[in-house]
Amino acid sequence: MRRSVSIAGLAAALVLGTLGFGTGQNSYVASAQEKTSTMEVKIDNFSFGPVTLTVPVGATVTWTNRDDIPHTVVSTDDPKMFKSKVLDTDEKFSFTFSKAGTYPYFCSIHPKMTGKVIVQ
Amino acid sequence: MSEKKKDELLHDHNHDGVDRRGFLKCMAWAGTGAFCVMKGGVLNSYSLSRISEISTADMMGELSFVQISDSHMGFNKPANPDVAGTLKAAVDKINGLSSAPEFMLHTGDISHLSKPEEFDTVDQILKSATPKDVFYVPGEHDVLNDDGKQFLERYGKGSKGAGWYSFEKKGVHFIGLVNVMNLKAGGLGTLGHDQLEWLEDDVKHLKHSTPIVVFAHIPLWSVYPEWGWGTDDSAQALAYLKKFGSVTVLNGHIHQTMQKVEGNVTFHTAASTAFPQPQPGKADSPGPMKVPAEQLRSVLGITDVNYVRGQHALAVVDSSLA
Repeated sequence: MRRSVSIAGLAAALVLGTLGFGTGQNSYVASAQEKTSTMEVKIDNFSFGPVTLTVPVGATVTWTNRDDIPHTVVSTDDPKMFKSKVLDTDEKFSFTFSKAGTYPYFCSIHPKMTGKVIVQ
Repeated sequence: MSEKKKDELLHDHNHDGVDRRGFLKCMAWAGTGAFCVMKGGVLNSYSLSRISEISTADMMGELSFVQISDSHMGFNKPANPDVAGTLKAAVDKINGLSSAPEFMLHTGDISHLSKPEEFDTVDQILKSATPKDVFYVPGEHDVLNDDGKQFLERYGKGSKGAGWYSFEKKGVHFIGLVNVMNLKAGGLGTLGHDQLEWLEDDVKHLKHSTPIVVFAHIPLWSVYPEWGWGTDDSAQALAYLKKFGSVTVLNGHIHQTMQKVEGNVTFHTAASTAFPQPQPGKADSPGPMKVPAEQLRSVLGITDVNYVRGQHALAVVDSSLA
């Protein structure tokens, strides 16, 4: 996982390098691209997808409810590290993970729905 | 005219597979509640959509009341863009009963998103019902965002904890339980230690011959745990009720009628007044069933699963109320 991320970053840096951007800017653009492509969790058919999402420290994860029924995104720890308000159809919730660790969460309305964010 | 022809769509305004006529027919399954009658200490529950098939004699007893459930006021998607209309249809059926029920039980999910205006609409519609008293327990949709504070303010006067309580009517002991609070990741419905203690104490001094009616939102028996259709600590609650000769448990949540008998306990779930949900495991998820008008008859057919007691094990039979 880590390996593929760095290869993608390197490839982006190479492409951007040929376009004449500075090195510092290249790495910024690469990480921004990584965020938009993988830091989404979709709620479909009473399940979180992907069930386990691995992200780098500092990443913001966004959940989108695509069901006809409202759901929530609530961390299972106590006290709750993150807790969305109830999300109706197409509503979103975002949370930024600033520390490495494993963060299990669930839907407090339908507790059989569980997921996990791994921050490394 | 063939059955199929009769059910063809004429005007599909919302492109959801349901025309006005089909929608009105949907009310046959959506706009329902259950008519409950206590006779000789034993409770019978009949779907209001089939009430015309029940004899007047069967409707008479010591006490009768109506259970409605899962109004989901605020829901506006297929297969029911008008949940207020179907709740009104349920009230019309209640008001049309030849034997007037004494009161109503609402087994939760009054609202869809716990919005004040959703509760207001339901209150307004239920005011036009002949039975004036309504006893509520919350569904998970009624306690969103505020841990049930609003629900308690509106419906929980005189209740304990998160809204549990009991009352007597004509010698029958009714117990409203709350199993939608503090749900744990990966778990089912939960009653919790405090409520179980209260329950044990509540029934301690009752005679064994007292008929008991328990009502709660999520089923107190394992209908389908994979979809969360059960309550983790219901066995403890039922253990406190073991000594009684007649126990009836009324639930909602699963938007379809099911019945089961286990020892001295009869379990019933009521249909939703809003939208149907699939049979356990018969779909990818328990989300709302979108029912085209032409499939309505088959939906009606599958809701009559009736669990009855056999010699040693539970037998399942299809039954109709006719």
